[in-house]
Formats: sequence, C-alpha cells, structure tokens
Amino acid sequence: MAVGKKEISCPPSAEGTGLSDADISQKNVTYFEDHPNLAYSWTAGQAMSRFLNELKNGKLIATKCEKCRRVIFPPRIYCELCYKPIDDWVYIKDTGVVQTFSISFIDPDAKPLEKPVIVAVITIDGASPNMGIMHIIDEVEPEKVYIGMRVKAVWRPESERKGTITDIKYWKPLEG
Amino acid sequence: MPAVVGVGYYGFNTNTPDMSWKEIMYEAAVRAYEDAGIDPRRDVDSFVTCAEDFYEGFAIFDEFVPDQLGAVVKPTCTVCADFLYGLATAYMQIESGLADIAVVEAHSKASDMKTFGEIIRHAMDPIWLKGVTRAHPYYFAALEMSYYMNKYCISEEAIAEVVVKNKGNAILNESAPYGAKLTVESVLNSPFVFYPMRKIEIAERADGAIVFVVARDEIARKITDSPVWIKGIGWWSETSSYDTRSFEALYAYKAGKMAYKMAGIEVPVKEIDIAEIDDRFAFKELQHIVALQLAGKFEVCELMREGYFSRNGSLPVNVSGGNLGVGNLLEATGAQKSLEVVLQLRREAGRRQIDCELGVAQCWRYIPTASGAVAVFGV
Amino acid sequence: MEVEVIKGLKFHKKQDVAIVGAGMTAFKRRMLETGKELSYYAVKQALEEAGLDIKDVEMVVLGSAPDAFDGISLKEEYLLEGAGGCDRPYMRYFVGGGTAVFAPIAGYWHVASGLADVCLVVCEEKMSCCQPHPQSAFKYIWDPILDRPLKPNLIWIFALEMRRYMHVNNVKHEDIALVSVKNKANALDHPCSHVAGKITVEDVLNSEPMALPVRRLDVSPPSDGAAALVMVAPHIARQLTDDPVWVTGVGWNLDTTHWTNRDLYFPRYTAEAARMAYRMAHITDPRKQIDVAEPYDPFDYKELHHMEGLGLAKKGEAPILTKEGVTARDGDLPVCPSGGLLGVGNPISAAMGVKVCEIYWQLAYRAGKRQVAKEVTTGICQAWGDLMQIGTVMVMSNKR
Repeated sequence: MAVGKKEISCPPSAEGTGLSDADISQKNVTYFEDHPNLAYSWTAGQAMSRFLNELKNGKLIATKCEKCRRVIFPPRIYCELCYKPIDDWVYIKDTGVVQTFSISFIDPDAKPLEKPVIVAVITIDGASPNMGIMHIIDEVEPEKVYIGMRVKAVWRPESERKGTITDIKYWKPLEG
Repeated sequence: MPAVVGVGYYGFNTNTPDMSWKEIMYEAAVRAYEDAGIDPRRDVDSFVTCAEDFYEGFAIFDEFVPDQLGAVVKPTCTVCADFLYGLATAYMQIESGLADIAVVEAHSKASDMKTFGEIIRHAMDPIWLKGVTRAHPYYFAALEMSYYMNKYCISEEAIAEVVVKNKGNAILNESAPYGAKLTVESVLNSPFVFYPMRKIEIAERADGAIVFVVARDEIARKITDSPVWIKGIGWWSETSSYDTRSFEALYAYKAGKMAYKMAGIEVPVKEIDIAEIDDRFAFKELQHIVALQLAGKFEVCELMREGYFSRNGSLPVNVSGGNLGVGNLLEATGAQKSLEVVLQLRREAGRRQIDCELGVAQCWRYIPTASGAVAVFGV
Repeated sequence: MEVEVIKGLKFHKKQDVAIVGAGMTAFKRRMLETGKELSYYAVKQALEEAGLDIKDVEMVVLGSAPDAFDGISLKEEYLLEGAGGCDRPYMRYFVGGGTAVFAPIAGYWHVASGLADVCLVVCEEKMSCCQPHPQSAFKYIWDPILDRPLKPNLIWIFALEMRRYMHVNNVKHEDIALVSVKNKANALDHPCSHVAGKITVEDVLNSEPMALPVRRLDVSPPSDGAAALVMVAPHIARQLTDDPVWVTGVGWNLDTTHWTNRDLYFPRYTAEAARMAYRMAHITDPRKQIDVAEPYDPFDYKELHHMEGLGLAKKGEAPILTKEGVTARDGDLPVCPSGGLLGVGNPISAAMGVKVCEIYWQLAYRAGKRQVAKEVTTGICQAWGDLMQIGTVMVMSNKR
C-alpha cells in the first residue's frame, strides 16, 4: 500500500491538444483512416414481418394482449408488461394524433437540410393510449403544427410499396 | 453463495430466419422463468445482458433489451463481454445485497452479420494492426497456434483428435447443429485455410439465446430442489497488445486461479469432474486445458490421444460438443458452456449424462483479445 | 409463490464502499491523445489523489459508450492498457449515456460484494474519431425497421421530449434557457471546461436552430475526455484518509425500448432508479435531505426533467426553482455546480468526471472555486441514456 492521500486541487488544470475541423481537412494531424465494410441483415421476426407485409396492403396492424387488453402498436408477439405471449391481431386506423413534434434543420450527420422536416410522435387511432410511432409530417406549414393535431397517413401508390415504414410517405393534417 | 435456479435456451441453429434477435431472447427467457418457477415482472431484481455492439449491428444495444426479458422499468444493464462476465456481475450484485434474484442473458444472432471477418477486423488496434492486411482475421489464431504447437511439441494428430471428439460428442446433443462422425485421418486430410490451421478446426457460427436465473442461497433453497451453486468465478485480462502477450492463455490460467481460490479448489485435476472449455479453434482446447491446470503442458497431447478427455474418460471435456459441435456463439459461448455444466450437475443431460458433482466452464473473448472468464459450479 | 414471502431487499452487503480519489482530463475535441492516453491521464490523477499505486488496484471497471465513436469493435479490449486493466480482472459496462453513473455503480458492487478491496473505475470517450460528425454514430442506435428508414438525427428524440415536457408542464423556452446560462457560467471555474462562458437567455433563444425547439445553445457539445475514480473498502480508506466519501445508495432502471409508447413528459426510469437509491440510503425527503445535486444535463431541459424525476422538485416546479436561484451555486439546492455537460462538455460516459467525481469533490470539500456555499453532507448524481430509457443514480455522503 502506498503513501496516503495527496492534497491537490481537484481536478488539476488539465490542458489538452485541441483540434479544429481545419486540422483534419488540411491534414495537420497524423491519423489513420478506415472505412470498414460492416453489413448486417436483421431478421425482422414474427411480429415485424406481419407488420411490414400489412404495410404493403396499406394497412396498420397491431396486437392485442388478452390480459391487460392493451392494443399494442408497433406489434410484438409478447406483452412486455404482462409477460405473456400474444397471438391476437387487430387492424387499426391510419389516422392519429400528434403527441409531440419537432422541426429539424439537420440530417443524420448533423449537416444542414435544404428544407426543414417536421418529425412527430403520432399515436394511432384504434390502438391504446400512447401507442405511437415516430414519423414525418408534411403538407402543412411548420408553425401550424400543434400537439393534439389530427393527422392522416399519405401512402405510396401500391406498386411502389416495399414493406418498409416509408411505405407511408408522410402524415398530413386531417381537416375537420 | 448464489446458485443457478433456472436455465432456458433457444437454439442452437446455423441460421434463424423466422425469429428476430428479440424473439429468440424471449423464447429462452420464458423457458428459464418456467424452469425456475418465477414471474420476471414480480420476482426479479436485476437483469444483465451480455452483448457487443458490433456483433449486433447497433450503436447502443442496451436499448433493445428490456421488453423481451420482462425487464421493463426494472434494474437492467449490459455487460460488454461474454456471458460468464454477466454471471460474475449477477454474483456480485447478489453478494452486495442489490438483488435477491438476478437474470443473466446472452445470445448470438451471428446469422444477421453479413461481413463477419470485417467485423472482427474492426476490433484490431487501428494504428498497429488493422492496416496490416485485409486477410480474414482468423490468421491471428493461426499465428498463435503455430507458436503454441512449436513451443510445446503439440502434434497435428492431437488437434485433429479434439475435432473428432467434440464433433462426435455433438451427435448426442439434439441442440448441436455441427455434430459429425469423423476420424483423425479424415481431419488430417482436410484442407488448410490458415496454415497450420485447417478449416475443420475452426468453429462455425451459430444462433441461439441462453438465460440463467440466479438467486441468493436462502431463496435458491426455497424455490428449487436442485440448485447449482456458483462456487467460484473469475475473469482476467492480459494485455491488448497482440505482440506482447504470452500466447499461452495466461488469461484462462489467472481467471481459473481466481475461481478455484473462491471455490476452495486446490488440485483442480483431482477435484473437477467435468469441464466445458472454449474450443472455437481446436488447438485452443488443448491450450485452455493446460491453463486451467487440468493437464500438464507436455502431457496434454498424450492424454487427449488416450481418451482421457472423452465422454467416458477420467475428465470429460466438452461433452456437449463444444464450440466445434455446437457452433461459435459469440458472447453466448460461456453461456452454452455453463448450460452444459448445469444440466450435467442436475442430471438432466439425457444421453450424454456423466457422473459429476463439480464442473468448470471457461470462455475466451475471441480474437483479437487475451481476456476470459471461468466459473466453477457444484451441487 | 413462496418467493414473495421471503423476498424484500435488505441491501445486506459484505462491506461499505468509500471513494478516496478521482481524476479527469480536460473535455475538448482532440486528436493528439488517443483514448488509451486519455484514460491513462485520468487514472494517474485519481491514483495520485488517493495516494495509491496501480499495483494496489485489484479490479478495474471500464465505462464507455458506443464502440462506433472510437471506431473500434470490442473497445474495452483496446482501451485495456490505458485504463490500467492489464493483468487483473477487468470488465466493461455499457448502458448508453447512463454509463457515466453506471460504471461507478458497478465499481460499488465490485467492492461491496467483497471481491475487491480496491477498485478503479475508468470512463473514456473519444468522439472526434467518428467522421464526418460524432452524431453519425447515432445513426445506428435506432430501431432498424421502425426508425432508421426515416433517416433520423439523434437530436430529434430530445426535441420531441422537450416539446412534450414544455407542453404538459406549460414551461417556456426562456425558463429552460436559464439552465444553459447558469451551467455555462458555473463552468468558468472548472479547469477542464470546453464551452464555459457568460451568455444570456437571448443568446440561447437566438442561437442556430437544430431541431426546434432545440437550438445550438440548448445542447452540450461532443467532446473527448476521460475520468477515473478509486473506490475502496473501509479498512483501506482508513489507511489513506480521515475523510473519505461514502457511497450510500445506488439505483438504476431501464424503461421499454418502444419510446414512442411512453408519455415523454416525465422520466419514469429516473424516478424508479432514485426510489431504489433512496431506499438504500434511507432518504425519505430528497428535497430536504440532499444538499447538492448533479443531474445529467446534456440538454438544458434535461436538468429540469431529471430534477423532477429525482424528486428534487415537484412536476413542473424545477423551472421555478431555477428562476428563483435555488439551484445556483450559492443557492439552497445547488444543481450542477461543476458547470455540467452544458458547460464543461459532453464526452458521453466520461461525463462521470462532472457527475460522480464532482459530487465526491464537493462532499470532500475539495472542489476549490466550485465549492458550493452551503454546508454539505449528502449529494446525488444521476445519468441517463439509451433511447431516453435508462436512469442511473448514486447517492453519496461524507458521513458513514
């Protein structure tokens, strides 16, 4: 065992070697660059496969837990709260309510977007409360979006649907 | 002393196209909870998952854990290591009074990975190693094998013997996809891929999920008649520099020493009845047997040839078929090892049952690491 | 079932756990120092403060967030040497951003279980390796089926949560911006700070929009850094110091993966984690019993959100406390006296340096210019991460 506690200011002043974007672009620093080829193909599984196939038909499907009676969306084959398997499928509507939203000016790499996108969590009509998904809202001025706004899915034409979440192009305000 | 009170598993398969990683975890968990007779939503205090981001294809895998384990709004965490590290975590949580019942999960969805070699290569030191060659990183193991064979006069036959034994054992294991009846000659006649390593000496990948329920001793005695005690657990890391490590599985030796000390084992070779050892490359089994003090450095080949480590030998090793028979389960490797030991100790191993009371499970963290863990189980 | 009858956690541990040393590097973008080197600097400081040598360390815990930042798979194995993990038991824990407080929690059970008497906890993050931007790594945290096709940016979810918080509790952006102003000013006294400064509420409200309502100055910047902590058993602590800081409560909790199935206005996971820690630390009235707090503040609204989750304020009350100056360094309940992530910088898991280490320094009266005005006995720190899912809480006290 060593000597016992030292009285030093905490933490001691700690300089580091800073870095700016220019340092990288002008190669002022020594670095090794690698572009790994990491590829995955995730098995969608039972619940998601059914969900994606129904998207091709222009429908949203959920599962219903027999015990807690929740209509669960996005669907899964187990109820995470009751911890019971589920095999009860129900169609829900393609309309919903904006739970919360944001107007995004940046893309996934934090680069500016040409046109801001409106992103929202939308709870779907026909599912239990709070059962929502994240998606895009369009055909509306950003300043006109509000929490509680009713929206409807705008689907791609059937021939263009591929069984992905983007088979819904976006959601638009539902008048009336 | 914490005990294993329930085990459940799903698999093991070469591919699982019908189930997502979440769903295989769910299947394994349901079986484990049923085995232990507990309700995860009510009885479990802590959940531990063992997963590596790049093996899963996510940046933060921990996010995708709770629902399928029944762990929503419960203390849950991820250990970036093999299952045995997760078991050590559960052990410590129980000993610290943070949990009475803890659940440990590990899985492999290796079939989701499309560029496995590249993913392993991604674990290498970016400055010293990554750029050296784009060859498949299995060559790392071949380099080690070459050194090990030369230093300790390990014969090709002894390594072929490991393949024959393990793939043969796997035939009796319904959940092992890579069982085969082979001879030493057929192995020696098979092609090399990374000299001196043959393709058949490398464990193929497999999918599967394994869940353990671990409980504090008082509770373990109440909820089951056949608790399997975790008598000792150890884990150890050597160094991350590939070029300065021992190539003699020092990590397994030290982790074993820690686990044996905890379990009060003085002469492992006399006291241990069954061993499940990491054999993701066939030579590793010999190296790990020596590191775990189950055979001398220079006698291991001879003992392997004599059948000392076979199913009806004096010290059966990898009765389940090992990784060569069951497959490379990535971070679930230690889980499959522990599972076999637990089933054997509980006398639930069916046709491969052997007579045993004290078993050891060991894992290595795969290339390019020199880290590993060891657990000693007893009844 | 019998289990229920005999269960009921009593938190019987093998030994108490004390903190005797901490260290951290400056938080900034840097290229010269590698992750290993950053870890080394932090470890060296922590051991020096504790008066220990690396040979005295029995086990090492590493906390580090996504492998994708450093661009190395099995990152723990790579960082091994810098973190002092060579030739000893070494394990990495990872719960997203929550790792900042979770790694010390893991250190706690390494010691409390009796397996180790001296445990070193190291947290490292080197985000600048990830190109073109550290946020690129966050592309891969999303659900590959439901979210990734929409090409989301990480800021989105926080913007969505912030909007919901503002809507339900009727909070104005001006009130939230005060947090950013306070923390960046507090950070002026921190030698490791990255983005300290005197700013005004107007500066925040007029800064560049990222994903409204989140603007540039609402956000903490990605940084590189490392932090370390030495946790020891009582008999070791006695040999080293007369006034160690004790860990009296720990808690952690993970909510559902399906974040769109939750009402985001209240952090249930933090509340549950705090409940566990409070039970263990015998805290019944956190607002009265806790003297200093370091809730996780990667965004300004998050400090308020987490104060409410920790029970330091009632729902919707945190902005009022902030406005009244209660949370200032000389206030009745100093919150983020270090300057927090908003002021010092946010190297995800290495945030341990401004959370756990800071509370340790405050309770040991070693925080120098950052020392809070009031007398302190009990402090709390908290972190949060994953898809707004996990709460990790640690309660410390300078009385055993």
